[in-house]
Amino acid sequence: MITAAPPVTPKKNYINATEGLKSWLLTVDHKRIGILYLLGVTFFFALGGLFAALIRLELATPAGDLVESNTYNKFFTMHGIIMVFLFLIPSIPAVLGNFLIPLMIGAKDVAFPRINLLSWYIYMTSGLFVLTSLFMGGVDTGWTFYTPFSSSYSNGYVVATGLGIFISGFSSILTGLNFIVTIHRMRAPGLTWFRLPLFVWAHYATSMIQILGTPVIAVTLLLLVLERGFHIGFFDPAYGGDPVLFQHMFWFYSHPAVYIMILPSMGVVTEIITTFSSKKPFGYTFIAFSSVAIAVFGFIVWGHHLFVSSQSVYAGMVFSILSYVVAIPSAIKVFNWTSTMYKGSVRVTTPMLYALGFIGLFTIGGLTGLFLACLGVDVHLTDTYFVIAHFHYVMVGGAIMGFLGGIHYWWPKIFGKMYNEGWSKLSAVVVFIGFNLTFFPQFLLGYMGMPRRYHVYPPEFQVLNVLSSAGASILGLGYLLPFCYLIWSLKYGPDAPPNPWGATTLEWTTSSPPPTENFEVTPVITQEAYTYAPEEVVHVG
Amino acid sequence: MASHSSPSHDASQPDHGQHHVVPKIVYFGVFLALIVLTWVTTFVSEVDLGRWNIFVALAIAITKASLVVLFFMHVWYSTRLTKMIVLSSIFWLFLLLFITMADIWTRGWMGVPGR
Amino acid sequence: MPQRRSFTLASHASALQHHFENIEQQKDASTIGMWVFLVTEVMFFGGMFLAYFVYRQAYPAAFASASNKTNLYIGAANTTVLICSSLTMALAVHAAAMGKKNLIVLFLILTLLLGGTFLGVKAYEYHDKWVHHEVPGRNFDCEGCTDAAHTPLFFALYFGMTGLHATHMIVGAGIIIFLIMKARKGVFNAAYHTPVELFGLYWHFVDIIWIFLFPLLYLIDRSGAVK
Repeated sequence: MITAAPPVTPKKNYINATEGLKSWLLTVDHKRIGILYLLGVTFFFALGGLFAALIRLELATPAGDLVESNTYNKFFTMHGIIMVFLFLIPSIPAVLGNFLIPLMIGAKDVAFPRINLLSWYIYMTSGLFVLTSLFMGGVDTGWTFYTPFSSSYSNGYVVATGLGIFISGFSSILTGLNFIVTIHRMRAPGLTWFRLPLFVWAHYATSMIQILGTPVIAVTLLLLVLERGFHIGFFDPAYGGDPVLFQHMFWFYSHPAVYIMILPSMGVVTEIITTFSSKKPFGYTFIAFSSVAIAVFGFIVWGHHLFVSSQSVYAGMVFSILSYVVAIPSAIKVFNWTSTMYKGSVRVTTPMLYALGFIGLFTIGGLTGLFLACLGVDVHLTDTYFVIAHFHYVMVGGAIMGFLGGIHYWWPKIFGKMYNEGWSKLSAVVVFIGFNLTFFPQFLLGYMGMPRRYHVYPPEFQVLNVLSSAGASILGLGYLLPFCYLIWSLKYGPDAPPNPWGATTLEWTTSSPPPTENFEVTPVITQEAYTYAPEEVVHVG
Repeated sequence: MASHSSPSHDASQPDHGQHHVVPKIVYFGVFLALIVLTWVTTFVSEVDLGRWNIFVALAIAITKASLVVLFFMHVWYSTRLTKMIVLSSIFWLFLLLFITMADIWTRGWMGVPGR
Repeated sequence: MPQRRSFTLASHASALQHHFENIEQQKDASTIGMWVFLVTEVMFFGGMFLAYFVYRQAYPAAFASASNKTNLYIGAANTTVLICSSLTMALAVHAAAMGKKNLIVLFLILTLLLGGTFLGVKAYEYHDKWVHHEVPGRNFDCEGCTDAAHTPLFFALYFGMTGLHATHMIVGAGIIIFLIMKARKGVFNAAYHTPVELFGLYWHFVDIIWIFLFPLLYLIDRSGAVK
């Protein structure tokens, strides 16, 4: 720990440096932009959660008695689109990545601060498009927009929504571009690649995916919009178009996209586990390289979403094998995390609870992905609730737990306040219980054959569905609680010291909250990462 | 040659590739090659080479593109990072094209109906 | 052997943004940024190249006869025009590196004119296609085409790919105008001409896309061998 004197929020920090709405809306400070994104993603998370609640409400009974099927189609479509594109993809990179990466590398800001602000405006504009299409009546194609339903037959607002997602892609691309250049060229003196925090490595790998993958979904949606608007026929079988081509193009991005969602979360978990084990990460190089390996391999497995689409069997076999291979770097990380904790001095704080939950839930989610990667098994499990349970385990049990863990871990740094540990630990446990109650029954439902995207089901599935819906209520409560006590802490929480957790990365050497320029003097790095003697970091003018 | 005094910036030291000014003669030479190749590919396309027409046309296009990348865009004189970025973009494009085609080209191989 | 130029940094401190240590870091970062952006453009156009690849090998006869509906010599001439504009753009960057303000302006204007010519010719070609019912949609009719049922795919890709390309050129033209205005004010010189260089990268990239579009769209089976 650095300070012994009672912590005091410094007089001038990035929050109070300038006042007024305009100073926030026209800011180029990466920290303020991170906060702007936090507001945006929280709003869309709540909206996506609202649709989840409607879905689970309908599914509490076997009959389609709450809404008719077209409306139900819109519920799961909007839930998927909002959660994937407007929450999960930006969440950790645009909020925590933006805030922390310059701090972690000893820089004053990202490489292109104005482009950073632009990316937020693009994100909000895309959200506006999606909201507009929602109010006009929404879209019912599923977030996957498969043709020819989306291109020829759907009566929903495909063009407006497609354009909204197209626009959001540019926000993602600009964030990734900024991070790549920042990490390459703005590191403090002495900060070599292998001294970088693993959070930074995770975001570098994520940015690679954002740059290489996002443009493909952009052009895919563009072609879909052209086809729907001008009947041009890229995917229309009447002209010889191939609907499976749409699926190839869609999943070429959308599979790596799931790694955009999970890699930053893994970076958060690495930081949290290291700090609360007071031990340097086991196998730093393996963790760093496995992040890049996930990013690269993630691009060659997309065909596992097309196993039953009439994709050739040979291609299916190759994609199946590669999907097993891509699990290996993730598994390596799990071993690294557990080995880090072994013989470490483990403190079970709130962020640590989320990180531990992540490890367990991500492992289950990842292993069930292997069930699905097996061609023969997938024939039975595809398009059932097994798939839904699988991806919610990795995206909610994984990515969102990481996001919440990261918010709790860095909250003192971002806002200069400590939250109530009792309430925060309780919420973490509520989230864990609610999550498992919601999604574990869905594995069983899917195995027994309940299809996804249906709002009616045979009565024998009701018990498990009711359990799932009950779990969803508990999960919702678990998400609501942090909203309350975190905001409460802003006004009533005790001031945070620069380094409340005893962590070793650079962001903890500056005040909480940091000053606008991040560091009074540019740090010079003279030792390896995660050396647990923070007072040895040298500051040179 | 520009210099900067502080020795501590080695971690992010930019390469000096960008300071070279390419002589105009190189530009004119590349320009001439591009024009010649354009008209070569135009006239060759009217000759029946069977299945080789597309390969010749693409080979010429790749040559032209390479000249533009290397000399007009200065990649010949640039840093290793820039070269890596260019190569990885081509590699990823190939992943997109050829893995998708691997599905299409192998349809029907296993004798499974519809696949 | 490329020449080396020396230049002073002191007089251009105002161009240095606050979060960079020095102008070289700023320029280096901006250059990498532009290259990373061009990677996204490769993948963006790449999706359409994929669709082209898939459909051409599925319907070779349709694509051949549809491609023959384009005018070979207009296409070749337009390609020449675009290559000239790449030369003038490279010369504009060269002039900027030499600090020759009037030459920068001249070559930027020439680039703009050549780019405008290209777009004008494309507009003529589009109009021509419209008049001959070669635009996919309700009035589509590929006269005398083999495997006519699949020819809309070719034309969809023709308009999609050249349209996307033209959109990039129009954006580029807008940026050239902006650069011309800045150049006339003397903003660019040997020490600082990054915007001109970076725009040059963009313009050359757009040229490269056309270098591929020309043979793929105009040169399919011009010998008439595929039936």
